[in-house]
Amino acid sequence: MLFGVVVFPGSNCDRDCYWAVRHVLGEDCEYIWYQERSIEDFDCIILPGGFSYGDYLRAGAIAKVSPVMEALREFVKDRNKLVIGICNGFQILLEAGFLPGAMLRNKNLKFVCEYVDVVVENPNTPFTCECAKGEVLSIPIAHMEGNYFADEGTLQALIENGQVVFRYCGYNPNGSVYDIAGICNVTKNVLGMMPHPERCCESILGSEDGLKIFASIVKYHGEQVAEAQ
Amino acid sequence: MQEKIKITPELIKEHGLTQEEYQLILKILGREPTLTELGIFSVMWSEHCSYKSSKIHLKKFPTEAPWVIQGPGENAGVIEIDENLAAVFKMESHNHPSYIEPFQGAATGVGGILRDIFTMGARPVASLDSLRFGPLDSPLNEYIMNGVVSGIAWYGNCVGVPTVGGETFFAECYRHNPLVNVFNLGITRKDKIFKAKASGVGNPVVYVGSKTGRDGIHGATMASDEFKEDAEQKKPNVQVGDPFTEKLLMEACLEAMDKGLVVGIQDMGAAGLTCSSSEMAAKAGTGIEIDLDRVPQREENMSAYEIMLSESQERMLIVTEKGKEEELIKVFKKWGIDAVAIGRVTDDGMLIVKHKGKVVAKIPVKYLAEKTPVYNRPYRKPDYLDEVNELDPENIPTRPNLKETLLKLLSSPNIASKRFIYRQYDHMVQINTVVLPGSDAAVIRIKGSKKGVVISCDCNPRYCYLDPEEGGKQAVAEAARNVACAGAMPRAITDCLNFGNPEKPEVMWQFVKAVEGIAEACRILETPVTGGNVSFYNETLGKGVWPTPTVGMVGILDDVTCCLDQFFKDEGDIILLLGKPQGHIGGSEYLHYIHGEVKGSPPPVDLKYEKRLFKALYQLAHKKLIKSAHDVSLGGLAVAIAKCCAKDSNPMGAVVELSCNIRSDFLLFGEDQGLVIITTDEDRLSETQKLLKELDIPNKVIGQTQKGELTIKGTNFTITLSIEEIGEALNKLNFAYM
Repeated sequence: MLFGVVVFPGSNCDRDCYWAVRHVLGEDCEYIWYQERSIEDFDCIILPGGFSYGDYLRAGAIAKVSPVMEALREFVKDRNKLVIGICNGFQILLEAGFLPGAMLRNKNLKFVCEYVDVVVENPNTPFTCECAKGEVLSIPIAHMEGNYFADEGTLQALIENGQVVFRYCGYNPNGSVYDIAGICNVTKNVLGMMPHPERCCESILGSEDGLKIFASIVKYHGEQVAEAQ
Repeated sequence: MQEKIKITPELIKEHGLTQEEYQLILKILGREPTLTELGIFSVMWSEHCSYKSSKIHLKKFPTEAPWVIQGPGENAGVIEIDENLAAVFKMESHNHPSYIEPFQGAATGVGGILRDIFTMGARPVASLDSLRFGPLDSPLNEYIMNGVVSGIAWYGNCVGVPTVGGETFFAECYRHNPLVNVFNLGITRKDKIFKAKASGVGNPVVYVGSKTGRDGIHGATMASDEFKEDAEQKKPNVQVGDPFTEKLLMEACLEAMDKGLVVGIQDMGAAGLTCSSSEMAAKAGTGIEIDLDRVPQREENMSAYEIMLSESQERMLIVTEKGKEEELIKVFKKWGIDAVAIGRVTDDGMLIVKHKGKVVAKIPVKYLAEKTPVYNRPYRKPDYLDEVNELDPENIPTRPNLKETLLKLLSSPNIASKRFIYRQYDHMVQINTVVLPGSDAAVIRIKGSKKGVVISCDCNPRYCYLDPEEGGKQAVAEAARNVACAGAMPRAITDCLNFGNPEKPEVMWQFVKAVEGIAEACRILETPVTGGNVSFYNETLGKGVWPTPTVGMVGILDDVTCCLDQFFKDEGDIILLLGKPQGHIGGSEYLHYIHGEVKGSPPPVDLKYEKRLFKALYQLAHKKLIKSAHDVSLGGLAVAIAKCCAKDSNPMGAVVELSCNIRSDFLLFGEDQGLVIITTDEDRLSETQKLLKELDIPNKVIGQTQKGELTIKGTNFTITLSIEEIGEALNKLNFAYM
């Protein structure tokens, strides 16, 4: 399986995602420069965390018009191709309209970095198929704008379609509506999440819970390949 | 020479130069300087750039060891990690700007230290910050603290370098003189270390990074004087940072180095283009010629004076091989960063600056960077010491309720948890942080190596105020002990020496004594000084800071999986106390926070014992005999034990018995040096004790861990605290500021 990690000017979790996929998971992985347009060879593309364009204007607001984001619109039309946006990647997916809703500043108006508990709301997605419904994962967050917001109608639709994938449990660190930590699109091949799974894939770092998300992606992909044959 | 501006005595004074220094300039040049030249001399001869008051004393530091690859004199120090890798590290102050404009002042401090590290070819992997503020009793101090913390967070988080720890200390003397010391460590290959040398006559000199503006002109000169009532008006002297550009600049520099396109490189920090060009030439024994018309500028009609003295951030000067400039510029273009050849390396030892087709400055570089004025300033023991050192412990009233006293101490701002600060820092990006903030030291794993790096920065300014020499020693010992408690062997330090006005003999005495204390400790502990900085003139309206020589210690773990943190782990573990409590109460947080006194002498440090202690901790950790280690520091033994119980998840209590012949409050809250609390399995106790005996480390089993509460028993007291009570006290600041 071939993963790609997009590098925008200002991405700073690109190397972490690469490490987790390549060295922990042992899958093939390549960096994708933000000006790249041919991305069809990849099976899963990661939009990593960081501060693309320094968060100037708004987090993700400039990255959304990069050439690679245009190419991504075609890419996701194939339901077997997966996109996961983590933190700033999630913000970019929202700005680019791949996912509904918007990010507000954290309710305490400060950057927050810490481990949080998230509950798996929908295990029937390519990103969570190795998790059980209601399973609690301990994954770090690190953001200033993670206070997810959607209007009532959008929120209801997200809930009804099973698009709410992760919710904060115990306590909500940023004030997001419905305690949302991660959502996917209707076809479930695009996921955006604020917590950083790549930060907790090795026991030496304190948690391996993040590995479950990457392992789900690999498992799902394997099943698709098997089905196609 | 152009710029026919009359150099008047007023102008000389405004530039912070003395008449004697001006006479020297006339002698060097053999003529009157131009205004640009006067500006250049002024910044290069400022205390901040020239170290003129400190130089002769800094020579006392030991700087060598087999593992030291680069000692003082470069942008950062370098030590060996293993056969392939090296750690590059440095600490710097950004005190003056942080008082005037806390957010930008602190942010650009982070930017500067990061550039010092990646200039050497290393990717920065971890920052620490050592912060000192006035008491949180005024909106001004809260504003300064919040501004500094969010400035550090903004810059470090955006660049993607984790801030993994540090220290925060509050005292009256920092009310108008906050201190912001930032440490960074990077990792590089031993054969890929870059230096600030303009070698190779004829090689092009390339300017890279942000455009030059009028910001920060004379920042270095500002940092070389006291503040008066008009400090607020110096805001334009503070630089404005752009972490996004820094991130791109860093990636581009590292890529250019990797491609073999860099001969020498220096960041434009204090004194900007002036300092980088003249220092690089001086180090290589060459000259340098630059044309200011080619310098990218963000404002119109800038004069040569302004361009040379601007401290605009996120800029570097690179010397590349002749013929490679196009390839170098291409790398920077890819990252969207300006890169322009602005000059060349020459062989005449001169700094030649051209502007609008005319030479505006022509100065021998050696007089700017090496042969600068040096002062052996007079020093004298301050009068206050005799009075404050006098302390009869018997006159300290006893405390009726020791439990209440302990809880109060746990909530003292200097002791309480600083989670509200480190939660704002991305402390996990780069996925190397093995021990998160909140323990004695931060532990960083190195991808692709078994080894780990352990870092801590420390200084107890109260001890230094009471006895700068002992305080200097203690700062080194404490930083080393913290590193050793994580299981690592302390290897080398960088330091940030923050003092008042060196022209006052009493301040100079504090400086000299602190340097001597640090030097002695570094010699005995075999942790050489690899660099650092000196920040004088931390005074406002004549009132200076306590002597604050912050020490940044780096240690190496041979096996990162052997690292330890301070927290009790499993129920029923045996708790041992290493070292012998003496109940030394002078200079303690207890005496200050409970009794309102800063008195006595600080606890003495036995350096030879400490050296054995570190060896013992290192061996205990690497043999996996112990589960936690925590040293006794601020607040004494009782506070240290309580902190071992204060893990965020699954906290573990203890029952401890301290039977010795010392007054209860002194035993519990005295800050004796060299005490460490460790825990071990019952099965490994005898092997642990055997090892401690071999290394002649006094030790005693003092109790066992247990769930739910902490009980400390003495000959005539018993204190019982629930885990919740400990947590509530330690979280006092978090509740207020999170």
